[in-house]
Amino acid sequence: MASLKEMRNRISSVKATQKITKAMQMVAAAKLKRSQDAAQNARPYAERMSAVISNLAAGVSGDGAPKLLAGTGSDRRHLIIVAAADRGLAGGFTTSITRAARDRIQALVSEGKDVKIITIGKKAVPPLRRLFGDKIVASYDLSAERTLTLSVAQPIAEDIIGRFEAGEVDVVTLFYSRFKSVVSQVPTAQQLIPAQIADAALAPDLKGAAYDYEPSEEGILETLLPRNITVQILSALLENMAGFYASQMTAMDNATRNAGDMIRGLTIQYNRTRQAQITKELIEIISGAEAL
Amino acid sequence: MAEKLHFSLVAPEREVFSGEVDRVDAPGAEGDFGVLAGHSPFMTALREGVVMVVNGAQTRVFQIQGGFADVNAQGLTILAEQAVEASV
Repeated sequence: MASLKEMRNRISSVKATQKITKAMQMVAAAKLKRSQDAAQNARPYAERMSAVISNLAAGVSGDGAPKLLAGTGSDRRHLIIVAAADRGLAGGFTTSITRAARDRIQALVSEGKDVKIITIGKKAVPPLRRLFGDKIVASYDLSAERTLTLSVAQPIAEDIIGRFEAGEVDVVTLFYSRFKSVVSQVPTAQQLIPAQIADAALAPDLKGAAYDYEPSEEGILETLLPRNITVQILSALLENMAGFYASQMTAMDNATRNAGDMIRGLTIQYNRTRQAQITKELIEIISGAEAL
Repeated sequence: MAEKLHFSLVAPEREVFSGEVDRVDAPGAEGDFGVLAGHSPFMTALREGVVMVVNGAQTRVFQIQGGFADVNAQGLTILAEQAVEASV
């Protein structure tokens, strides 16, 4: 059995760990509030944007449609973008995203498709590199960014559009974690190219309405579609951020509680050992006195 | 003016303005335009400039940088790349 001194050291080390996890939990909770607001404030823009594109897409069809909207007509070469966290200690946050992405990539590979991967966030790299190291074409590290704005998402979107226009890829899918609530973040796959048109967003009275366009319909779509990709990436990053802090908060709360349980158990064990030792010493003294 | 126009000005970070107004003047890529309630469906790119929102005697001014305006039966939506309220 461990000596009393060893047990005392053990207890104080668990207590120190508990203080750290407790502090991390409170920091995550404070940041969660802010990032949750940011994600919610960004939603109207993204929603309006896709509503506008749906409107436009209904009017433009056939050969005149831009490639970003209609696709290249092939689905052989896929680009998978995996957006995860830049830091760890957030429970299964990164794992759940990379697992969803990994399943999709494996399915695509087994169908004989060509797959390329772009990662966003430091933590997305290791689990994917192990399996698909040769497929990762670019990695973005956002740990230096203090706030997420359009200018953060812009270079990523430009990279993707550049690859698409150079004919490297046909289909682009983004994996991120949708922030449903503090306890639930859903790994989500979202197709960026060809743009997905949400029919549900289209109010019936808008369908086929005679729109006037300035400049031309195609001109607007050509600027709107790349912008839409940027906005989609930004909103995915914002959702990720909120999800990350929620996940970290939950993980750290669990860790704090586990540390508490451990301290309780160790304290009981420590007290019992101490008492046993005292009892033993008493018996020794008494039997020593009796022997005299 | 009995009928009001539903107008919302949305920036990537947040919704800057949303509400019922009388008239909105915006800087279209091919010329400034004004929108009243019941405007025909219309969509245009915007250039850098000033959006004026008139509601009764009240006028609010926003500085915007690029974006799109979408007018439909539900009202006017401006998706601006950047939008700040300018002090009058």
